[in-house]
Amino acid sequence: MIKSIYGVMAEFDNPTALVNAARAAREKGYRKLDAYSPFPIEELSDALDLHKNRLPLIVLAGGIVGGLAGYLMQYYVTVWDFPLNIGGRPLHSWPAYIVITFEMTILLAAISAVMGLLALCGLPMLYHPAFNVPRFALASRNRFFLSIEATDPLFDARATPEFLETLEPKEVSEVAE
Amino acid sequence: MTLENDLKLWRSGALAAGIAGAVLCAIGFFISPFQFYRSYLWSYLFIVGLSVGSLAWLMLQYLTGGAWGVVIRRPCEAAARTLPLVALMFVPIAIGIPNLYPWSHAKVVAADEILRHKQVYLNVPFFLIRAAVYFGGWILLSWLFNRWSAREDREGPAGVHGKMAALAGPGLIFWGFSVTFMAVDWVLSLDPHWFSTMFGMLFMAGQALSSMAFLIALMVLLSRRPPMSEILTPRHLHDLGKFLLTLVMVWAYFSFSQFLIIWAGNLPEEIPWYLERLRGGWQYVALALVIGHFALPFALLLSRDLKRNFKLLAGIAICVLFMRMVDLYWLVAPDFRKGRFGLSWMDITAPVGMGGIWLAYFLIQLGKRPLMPLNDPHLVEALEHGRE
Repeated sequence: MIKSIYGVMAEFDNPTALVNAARAAREKGYRKLDAYSPFPIEELSDALDLHKNRLPLIVLAGGIVGGLAGYLMQYYVTVWDFPLNIGGRPLHSWPAYIVITFEMTILLAAISAVMGLLALCGLPMLYHPAFNVPRFALASRNRFFLSIEATDPLFDARATPEFLETLEPKEVSEVAE
Repeated sequence: MTLENDLKLWRSGALAAGIAGAVLCAIGFFISPFQFYRSYLWSYLFIVGLSVGSLAWLMLQYLTGGAWGVVIRRPCEAAARTLPLVALMFVPIAIGIPNLYPWSHAKVVAADEILRHKQVYLNVPFFLIRAAVYFGGWILLSWLFNRWSAREDREGPAGVHGKMAALAGPGLIFWGFSVTFMAVDWVLSLDPHWFSTMFGMLFMAGQALSSMAFLIALMVLLSRRPPMSEILTPRHLHDLGKFLLTLVMVWAYFSFSQFLIIWAGNLPEEIPWYLERLRGGWQYVALALVIGHFALPFALLLSRDLKRNFKLLAGIAICVLFMRMVDLYWLVAPDFRKGRFGLSWMDITAPVGMGGIWLAYFLIQLGKRPLMPLNDPHLVEALEHGRE
């Protein structure tokens, strides 16, 4: 029986080796990569080409929606729902709206940043195959891992682990689904 | 083409424009001394913003001690070294006080109870003493930082870099106070009845923004030749672009806060200042500021790719510099042109003349020392930071 696998994972004992491995794997053509490290490594994002994602767009949309909602809410209240003469000013006195419009922009931009981050990361996630590798718990202590997923077009059950072996890892293991 | 050739070329260009502008201004002085002083004052404020703002950036980068400031350290130092020239350029304003400030006329003061009370502060000798204190402080700071920087070049950072960091904090506090009082003295007192506690901050943000925009445009120009072509990378520029975005927002925040408070209060002693600036054509200048000084640069600078693009970022920096001048004009000129927008030909020759002469002097100063502070303890970090 052929066991279905999630991918393969290589273990490294220092961050430089991980970054070099990630770079090498990208050069080789692999795209479905992920790396795990106990602390953030700035170069890793470059090596994995992770700079572009849709989060800024989500935050921008959240900010615009928040700003519009804040402005229109005040417009509705002061012009339509409960018009009051305040100091002889016009009902639609926009300077007074700006502070709340600004705050609503920030609020919804911030909320959409958090929600968007969770959504893009696929959180909450109750199960992840990476934890099937016994040594993976070390990723939060002193080991660095690089995984290549089976869904990668270049993935090959034999060639991919062999390729990872050439990157001088501590260990290469198969990740069960 | 080398950097020396470039600097020489820019220098002679700036000097030619400066002399032409200065000659035209001198002619203008004999046609209309009033207009001469008015045009002189607002272009002078712009030059003060560039030089004093650069001094503030110099101190900020010592205070925070990061790698981001290493690439702009030498241009900041050179701009700070122009301060004696800037102080010299103040002389025409000192002479022109009666032409500019209503509180300097004994008759006006005698007929105005409010001005009689303000006379303790608003009088010519004290005005000049205060100006001397600002320039004295700025020049002293600039002299110390440049002296220590030269020593660091010769002997290494041991001892001397700590001194610079230690002076940077008090120096920035002095900057905050001096710029606040400067704004009140030179600009706010043009309308001696009006007051705003936000006004000094508006000028602090304005100076920092002007000088950062100037530094960005300069760095992009320098990056075409060695050594900067090998040092300056999109990551350095990205850092500077973030500052530009921040300051565009800070400026908008301060400007709007001042407006909102005065608009909401609607008090007869405060609101006329805005009424003057929102009628007779001046409202379109205000609208141009909202769009060109805030909305447009803000929206564009949000983009990460744009902040890493040398040409685009320099283009925006130059637009921001232009809008800084528009902003200063909108702050200063409506007091002289009540109810009707106008622009004299001297309002063009004065900034060209003064800017050209200042720029030529700045470029001479810039050429005097190596473009990178080779003994800066953050130098390696700054170079590493630039590599992707």
